[in-house]
Amino acid sequence: MTLNKETLLNWYKKMLHTRFFESQVDAFFAKGMIHGTTHLSIGQEAFAIGSTAALHADDLITSTHRGHGECIGKDADLNRMMAELMGKSNGYCKGKGGSMHIADLEKGNLGANGVVGGGFAIAVGAALTQQMKKTGKVVLCFFGDGASNEGSFHEALNLASIWKLPVVFMCTNNHYGMSMSVSRSTAVANIADRAASYEMPGITVDGNDPIKVYEATLAAVERARSGEGPSIVEGITYRWLGHSKSDANRYRTKEEIEAWKDRCPIKAFEQYLIKNNIISQQESDEITAGAKDDIVRAVEFAQQGSYPGIETLEEDVYA
Amino acid sequence: MTMALITYKEAVRQAMQEEMRRDENVFLLGEDVGVYGGAFGVSLGMLEEFGEERVRDTPISEGVIAGAAAGAAVTGLRPIAEIMFSDFITIAMDSLVNQAAKMRYMFGGKAKVPMVLRMPGGSGTGAAAQHSQSLEAWLVHVPGLKVVMPSTPYDVKGLLKTAIRDDNPVVFIETKTVYNKKGEVPEEDYAIPFGVADIKRVGKDVTVFATGVMVHRSLEAAEILAKEGIDVEVIDPRTLVPFDKETLVKSVIKTGKLIIVHEACKRGGFGGEVAAEVMESEAFDYLDAPIKRVAGKNIPIPYCMELEKSAVPQVDDIVNAVREIV
Repeated sequence: MTLNKETLLNWYKKMLHTRFFESQVDAFFAKGMIHGTTHLSIGQEAFAIGSTAALHADDLITSTHRGHGECIGKDADLNRMMAELMGKSNGYCKGKGGSMHIADLEKGNLGANGVVGGGFAIAVGAALTQQMKKTGKVVLCFFGDGASNEGSFHEALNLASIWKLPVVFMCTNNHYGMSMSVSRSTAVANIADRAASYEMPGITVDGNDPIKVYEATLAAVERARSGEGPSIVEGITYRWLGHSKSDANRYRTKEEIEAWKDRCPIKAFEQYLIKNNIISQQESDEITAGAKDDIVRAVEFAQQGSYPGIETLEEDVYA
Repeated sequence: MTMALITYKEAVRQAMQEEMRRDENVFLLGEDVGVYGGAFGVSLGMLEEFGEERVRDTPISEGVIAGAAAGAAVTGLRPIAEIMFSDFITIAMDSLVNQAAKMRYMFGGKAKVPMVLRMPGGSGTGAAAQHSQSLEAWLVHVPGLKVVMPSTPYDVKGLLKTAIRDDNPVVFIETKTVYNKKGEVPEEDYAIPFGVADIKRVGKDVTVFATGVMVHRSLEAAEILAKEGIDVEVIDPRTLVPFDKETLVKSVIKTGKLIIVHEACKRGGFGGEVAAEVMESEAFDYLDAPIKRVAGKNIPIPYCMELEKSAVPQVDDIVNAVREIV
């Protein structure tokens, strides 16, 4: 498998975009400039970007409440993402969705989801469309370790398997469903083990290594595209920050968090790129600075946007 | 217009067949809708015409039936999903309420979710508390859903066609105790717009507003009362969302009296909403008596047939309510 420089740098940039976008959101949230709730995926960037890299531009995804990385992976516009989080009318959902509901149907992003496990059935239905219309497109259905304990997981995976639907179930295993660790909440060691119940392949990879994630996803996507049906791809990773803003981290130790920060997926990928002479430290610094600038521009775009007018309040309930 | 005498069930089937012939994006999915023909035989024969691709048996998985319908709808198909009994919509509520109903609004108007969730509702079959409910008030409460409750073969066919052609999630509650009741239905293609009530019987003394099987009971009651010189107007809203307030208000202005009849439990039922709509309208000044609700008791539906009958309004209950008010 050959991945050219341009591809790898695109991933690197998207991982940086995700990191800087969310760091900015975190800072704005602390200042009260972004309201409601927000779920950040800092530390998990490699899984979101490595997996979506295995898709064609017109393939589809369903995402989760912690889905900024997957949006960016699916080529979302950072400006409109930031504007949406600030509740502006130039945001992806005209300020009516916020962080948990960013969708970009033209680019195949069928939406993040505020309900844990809410995306499974939608992904299965979207995959049914692709199968019935013979489009050749594949759906990636992102979910977390916690969602695998929802009933919707079972219904959707069983149906996808018996109908051999072109969908890949992408588990971001970040070790915790809010405060409850996988070992306390889940009867199997790996979420991918559950694939056995549905007669589908299940693979667990290092979710902090975008290349391993990409390779595993690509194999599953190709299998789905060729009509052989769904798979589970699980990436083991870690959420550095709290579940949401109310999290005091009572359920885990500082040492554990620090140990995972030492395994930063972005740092590790940078070192890989430099070590393999794909880029120099200087190039890396330039890409990093460029990614930061993109977020500055996204903030400017969002700040220039206006809040949706009250006349839009009752619009778009029905088609 | 050439008319044919067909059952309610046949009318549902014809609507699905005709729409599936017209539009290749329309398909049916649900439990036992294929070779079995549906638990009530509604889709009998459709598998033979359309094949397994478009008449899809699903596992017993109501959550993913409704959710996959939403996912298929948002990506370009027009699914008709059958929930075997309306009671089982409880299992599909996340898919329906949090997902399908909300997608368009929370995505800023980008999504269209053209799906129909068909389900038989109501009591009268001796099937007890988990196969007999009338849960329409829950659904009416959810912005983003349309809610249809046809009572006759003519209405069910014309409204199902509109539901299938609509670009929103439509909950289509079929009146199971009239599945085998016959009525005249045009042989030509027709569709009934949403939000247009039907005056099933014109009268001048009292307005009876009824849904589902209660339309039939109200019409029977009206015939009994006619012999006593009481002229009852029976209004069937046909769709609860959107709701045709105008027809009802006009009728109440004419008669000055309103009785609301539904099978669902009185507490939190759609009747309270209807009463409030009238109280907030210009018809308030024309009311000669308090609005009366004749509705199901606030209990689960019991098994024993006599108890079951007593749990929901019967013809006599409607007759008595009218006598009390006029």
